[in-house]
This record gives sequence, C-alpha cells and structure tokens, in this order.
Amino acid sequence: MDEAIVHRLWIIGGVLAGLLIVAPGLIWLERRMLALWQDRYGPNRAGPFGLLIVLADTLKLFFKEDWVPPFADRFVFVIAPAIVVVTVLLSFIVVPFAPGVIVSDLNVGILYFLAMSSLGAYSIILGGWASNNKYSLLGAMRGAAQMISYEVFMGLSMMGVVLISGSFSLHTIVEAQKGMWFVVPQFVGFVTFLIAGIAETHRLPFDIPESESELIAGFHSEYSSMKFGLFFVGEYLGIILISSLTVSLYFGGWLGPGFLPPLAWFCLKTFAFICFFILLRASLPRPRYDQLMEYGWKILLPVAILNLVVTAGVILFLK
Amino acid sequence: MFSIARSLWITFLHMFHKRDTVQYPEQKNKLTTRWRGRIVLTRDPDMGERCVGCYLCAAACPVDCISLQATEDEHGRRYPEFFRINFSRCIFCGYCEEACPTYAIQLIPDFEMSEYNRQNLVYEKDELLIDGPGKYPGYNFYKVAGVAIGGKGKGENENEMPPVDVKSLLP
Repeated sequence: MDEAIVHRLWIIGGVLAGLLIVAPGLIWLERRMLALWQDRYGPNRAGPFGLLIVLADTLKLFFKEDWVPPFADRFVFVIAPAIVVVTVLLSFIVVPFAPGVIVSDLNVGILYFLAMSSLGAYSIILGGWASNNKYSLLGAMRGAAQMISYEVFMGLSMMGVVLISGSFSLHTIVEAQKGMWFVVPQFVGFVTFLIAGIAETHRLPFDIPESESELIAGFHSEYSSMKFGLFFVGEYLGIILISSLTVSLYFGGWLGPGFLPPLAWFCLKTFAFICFFILLRASLPRPRYDQLMEYGWKILLPVAILNLVVTAGVILFLK
Repeated sequence: MFSIARSLWITFLHMFHKRDTVQYPEQKNKLTTRWRGRIVLTRDPDMGERCVGCYLCAAACPVDCISLQATEDEHGRRYPEFFRINFSRCIFCGYCEEACPTYAIQLIPDFEMSEYNRQNLVYEKDELLIDGPGKYPGYNFYKVAGVAIGGKGKGENENEMPPVDVKSLLP
C-alpha cells in the first residue's frame, strides 16, 4: 500500500482509539474530580486510584437488559444514540492535534464542525421523540431549542477568529497564533464560544434537556444498557471536542515552549478545559429554561454580534 | 456574572481542603458508648443470667423481633429457656433496653453484623449472652429484689428489712 495512505490510516486509527479510550476514562476523571471538589474521595477501590471502575461500569452497561419499550418507535429509537457518537466522532476529523496529526485538514473546518454539531441535535430530538414519553419529549423539545439557539452565536463567536486568521481551516488558525494566542484579542469571543460549547454538549449547568430532578433523565429516560452508554460516551466525546476546539481556536493548539512535544501541549491544554467543564458541574446550579433562552438570545447573541462587528472594524481600520 | 466566577473559585479552592470521607473498613468512626447497635444479654457480677424472662422486651419491640420462653430453675429463679432475636427485623430502636427491669438486655456500640445468609441473622441465646455486666457493673437484680429464691429468703438482701408480719399489726 502507498506510504501516505498507511500513514493516514495510522492517524485515523490512533485518533479513534485515543478518543474511545479517553471518553470512558472521563467517567472516572469526572467522578474523582467532583469528589475532590466536594471533599470526598470518589471511586478509589477497584484497581489503582479506582481506575478499574471504568471497566466495571462498561461491563455493567453491556450486561444490562437492552430494552426497547413496546410503545417506542423502534427504528428511530435504536438509531438515535448512534447519531450523537457518530457526529461527534466525525467532528474530530478537523481537529489538529499536532502538526501533521490531523485526520483531514479541511479548508472549511469550522463550518464542517458547525454542521456536525447541528446534526448532533438530531440525536436528542429523535431519541426523545421515539421514546414516546412525555418527559422524554419535553427534554427533546428543550434540547432542540437550546442547541439551535446556542448554535447561532456559537458560529458568530468563532467568526472573530476566522476574520483575524483569514481561514476556516483549524490548522491555519493554530499556525496564525504563533505570535499571540487568540484568547487575548478575542476574549469576548472566547467566553461566548465556551458558554455556547457548554450548552451545545448539554453539560451542567446547561443540562436542561436531561435535568434529572425535573425530567427524570429527559430525552434518554427510556434508554438502557449500551444505548444509554452511547449517549453517555457521546456526551463525554462532546466535552473533549469542545475543549480541544477551544484550545485550537483560542489557546494556540499545539503551540507552546519547546520542552514538551506539540501533542503533549495540546493534550495538556485540552485536559485543563475538561477539568474546567467538571468544575462547572461541581459549582453551578442549573438555570431555569426561560432564563437559559433569555440569556442566549438577549445577552450572548448581541455580545457575539458586537464582538464580530468590532473585530471586523478594527481589522478594516488596520488595513 | 461575578457570583458565578466567585462560586467557581470557591469550589476550586475546595481542592485543598481536607476530605471528609472516613475510609470505612480500614478507618473506623468512634462510636459513642450510648450507640444503639447489636443487642446482648448481660450477666450478674456473679455470672448468673440477668434475664428473668418477663417478656417486657418482646412486648415493647415494635417489630416483634424478640421471642423467648421463660422457665424456672430448681432454686425458683426465672430465666429464659430460649431467647431469640431476629436481627433482620430489628430496627435498633432500643425500646427493649428501656423496657428491661433487670438491665439484662442492652444495645452495644457494634453494627458490623452482615451475613451472606439471612438465617444467620437470627441470634440464639448462646450468641446473645455475654460474660459480663455490660453498662451496669455491680448490679445484681436478685440481690436488690425482694423475691425469695432458693438459698435466699425475703428480707435477706442488702438494704432490706425483714418483711413485716401484717397479721401482728391487727388491733
């Protein structure tokens, strides 16, 4: 086989394997970090530091009864959890882990990511719809509204970066941050992007589609076994995705002092953002649904647009 | 916005706090002496059984987990023929201890009585009886009660006067 194709296959396999190993590992990480911030220990019995809890959890999920409710729309019900994992995994195609370590450097990278995350909304909507259950439907409705309205200014907030670097390709964007990370000139864009990202992965405090205290588990209350597991893995993959995108867009991706390899810098920064996601979960309460909508449309959307206009104006002025 | 950042920061600082967890099987909490745990039957200082089989504990028990049968020995001293506590029912309320007139039944600071077999939670008298006076050292019911048993008549106890001959008081 061609040398280049083999190399490409290695990268694809490496990225896929890495993500699918790290995503369940995040279950452990999240529980340990939450415990740390709540003055507890978390899982620390099985294996060193309780790491084998991941294995135990996965095995448990596999052996649970895989049950499709008789009132559910069977085909859609089965397909929904796969959609979230597939779309998030597809989004990773454009994430530059290190120079050369990227599955495909699409020249429309950011647009591609936005398209994939929009498709991800379908898993929630279809999952909640196919469950044929009022709580699931309510969760799906909230999820749809939340993801669509937060996607609007998620795209807008990234446009500042695109304006400065002049490219949609994430590889070029990271290269453009050699002089200064974009978090400095684009701080407002960074904050809005991060908030939109949290809402996009429907993580706490924006876990309104699945809010367990009001909607039981929202869109996935009818799911069991590995179908539920897929929703779970999709959520954790989403955290990794948003963290790695924040790093590539605003924190210089793999760039960093030379004593660590580029991949290590990327992983380190992404890890810091994953921990920040968990910290958010540990400290913030869930807003009400109308507060969430109001916050998105009345505050963050104008801020994102303003940021875009000011950035464009400054660039025009400098030219 | 400020309060959000503040609560994030406060939560972050908890990283450096001491953890509250007690790592149970290795590390144990100190139980107070008045802890209501496993139930035992205690003995006199002279190692006689304190229980006189009055059934008050069984009557007080809200979940009916105590069952016993009273009998008498050759000295006329009452004792339980069998004494059975079903710990799978027991709620450790301590009413039996409060009902007991002879301090025989007592709850002690021990709760580690897990079993794989439910039947093993039914404790018989030989498992309940301990070789000591429990929380009341020195108390001996038959030494202070005015009951006649073999080897000891009425009025021969400590702090006790011989019984009054009621007939002599007649005018």
